[in-house]
Amino acid sequence: MANLTLIQAVNDGLRTVMKADDSVVVFGEDVGPKGGVFLATEGLTADFGESRCFDTPLSEDGIIGTAVGMAMNGLRPVAEIQFQDFIFPAFDQIVSEAAKLRYRSGGQYTAPMVIRTPYGGGIRGGLYHSQSGEAYFAHTAGLKVVIPSTPHDAKGLLIASIQDPDPVLFMEPKALYRSVKGEVPEGEYTVDLSTLRTVREGGDVTIYCYGAMVPVVERAAAQAAEQRGIDCLVVDLRTLMPLDEEGVLEAAKQTGRVVVVHEAPRFCGYGAEISALIAEHCIEYMEAPVRRVTGFDTPFPNTLEHHYLPDDRRVLDAIESVYDF
Amino acid sequence: MTDMLTVLAPDGATKKGFEAGLPDEELLHCYRTMLLVRSFDEICLKLQRAGRIGFSIPNLGIEATQVGAASALRKTDWIFPSYRDFGMALYHGIPAVEMMHNMFGNAEDSAKGRQMPVHFSFVEPIHFYSISSPIGTHLPHAVGAAHASKLRGEDTVHLVSFGDGGTSSLGFHSGLNFAAVWKSPVVFLCQNNGYAISCPSEQQTASDGYAVKAEAYGMPHATVDGNDLFAVRQAVLEAAERARRGEGPTLIEAVTFRMGGHSTSDDPTKYVPAELVEEWRQKDPVDRFRRFLERKGLMTPEQDEAMRADTLAEIDRAAKAAEATAAPGLETIFSDVFAEVPDHIRKQGEFLFDLSQRRGEADAGDGEFPL
Repeated sequence: MANLTLIQAVNDGLRTVMKADDSVVVFGEDVGPKGGVFLATEGLTADFGESRCFDTPLSEDGIIGTAVGMAMNGLRPVAEIQFQDFIFPAFDQIVSEAAKLRYRSGGQYTAPMVIRTPYGGGIRGGLYHSQSGEAYFAHTAGLKVVIPSTPHDAKGLLIASIQDPDPVLFMEPKALYRSVKGEVPEGEYTVDLSTLRTVREGGDVTIYCYGAMVPVVERAAAQAAEQRGIDCLVVDLRTLMPLDEEGVLEAAKQTGRVVVVHEAPRFCGYGAEISALIAEHCIEYMEAPVRRVTGFDTPFPNTLEHHYLPDDRRVLDAIESVYDF
Repeated sequence: MTDMLTVLAPDGATKKGFEAGLPDEELLHCYRTMLLVRSFDEICLKLQRAGRIGFSIPNLGIEATQVGAASALRKTDWIFPSYRDFGMALYHGIPAVEMMHNMFGNAEDSAKGRQMPVHFSFVEPIHFYSISSPIGTHLPHAVGAAHASKLRGEDTVHLVSFGDGGTSSLGFHSGLNFAAVWKSPVVFLCQNNGYAISCPSEQQTASDGYAVKAEAYGMPHATVDGNDLFAVRQAVLEAAERARRGEGPTLIEAVTFRMGGHSTSDDPTKYVPAELVEEWRQKDPVDRFRRFLERKGLMTPEQDEAMRADTLAEIDRAAKAAEATAAPGLETIFSDVFAEVPDHIRKQGEFLFDLSQRRGEADAGDGEFPL
């Protein structure tokens, strides 16, 4: 066991699979000798050589398009998109190519690849270094979407994603890169995709969250317990597609009071899917309307980002409102 | 425009001392493949007009580019085709009936009826990559696949084919740029057939032809007469050999002409001047090759007649067999989204299957939802 930050756990995960499997190649903008703008790939070129970890021209479409080609021809590409905000030139390659390849070729061609990308706010990045675009991608048939929130999960989910036979968008909460630390086992281990993590047990209110919102929700849940004696069941979704729907519904039934938290905008956001699942399948268990705590339906602001991002104050307000309903 | 390589004159004559480098039976195979493409088009047009298939893409005029390029490749090479390239698959021995299964979208279709007609996908006996409708997206795929071959030290060549319109796409730029930087073993084959659906070349680019674009990427290029099977073959062979030697990619522009519409849904008489079609008819690639075979003593008018009847019959049999094949089962909507069917998709499949059964619809088949 080592005590690692989330970004160190990502680096450890990459190293672990690269050692075990020669077909794993890591590439993107500045991921080579520089080690990536956040240093996720630090030392990989030095340790594994230029054919295993390399820089590419500055073209997201080219990075993902060539990753698809490598994946169909025996490699296990792990492509980095420097910021999730920059992914949209590659949207076609992800949504219409990588995600559709198995289906459209009847399984003759597949794209087992991972796209790693830092997402979310909290670094004063403004409109184009802060977005949370998970809903665009979770809506895509054929693409898995994974978001870790702890160093342990970052490594275990990343290894599972690289070993997965389908394309995975692996979104890393950049706000947590260096702000969380935790015990990470050495060597290879996996955290199964499409499994939930219970962050905190409780019988009064169920809160669903993922990525950088998990520590925010944990703080709010602690305050709710301390100030009001409200016990929150906090669920880290970890894999947004395919989602463990049964697990989500079970957690909702346990309390009958639900809050969903994400930093992406509200409209058609991931919280809408959670709300709809509950409305369709277990509304008879509900004691209060579902509350969503999300980013606003605006572009992501710079100076006032702390007002845009859901914080423990807003989450606590939502907990109290469903509890008191 | 840059000098254009031509080997075969419209009257079938070749330059003095020209050696095709292909045995007689291979020359006849080239010709027969072009006739198969023509027969396929002819029968598909009838099927579409009769409402028995929904759509088809004609190849009239492009046959020599397809077959000439394919003849320069090995079975271990990969083809990343456009939707106007299936002559390459026929050349390498993929049976016409496999394509007809796709035209009908039936249960034997390798794409399981999920794609529109003409979106073929094959892996044997040569990789003929699954076709996508958006233009230019497959260029980076060829580069990535080539990069994988290169890293493993193989001498596999990856040929990617696209039209003049494709050169304006995002994938053209990223594909050529990445391939040149990585020295990937790729042959970029631009089939300049005059039109991107209805848009002529002058609306597509202001550059002097398409091949010259390679210079900005630091890549060698060639311009060839696309209606001359030997010229295309020679250029692709040279590019492939360069790629096998580790010297990187080449851009080839094959100058040809789409004598038909973009598709069976298109009326080219609205935008292509009739005299232009007539001008190109004089340069018909199939007639030209036949004259070469006649000069070489490999073909008589009677043999030609027989071969044409034979290819038409072969395609007709393929169409009948494909039409008689059942539609794909309902489960094919839900399989192959992921390697394993996730719960939410399985439930959606079970719902549709159950609904169809309750309503007594034949599509549901017998028994349980099979996934």
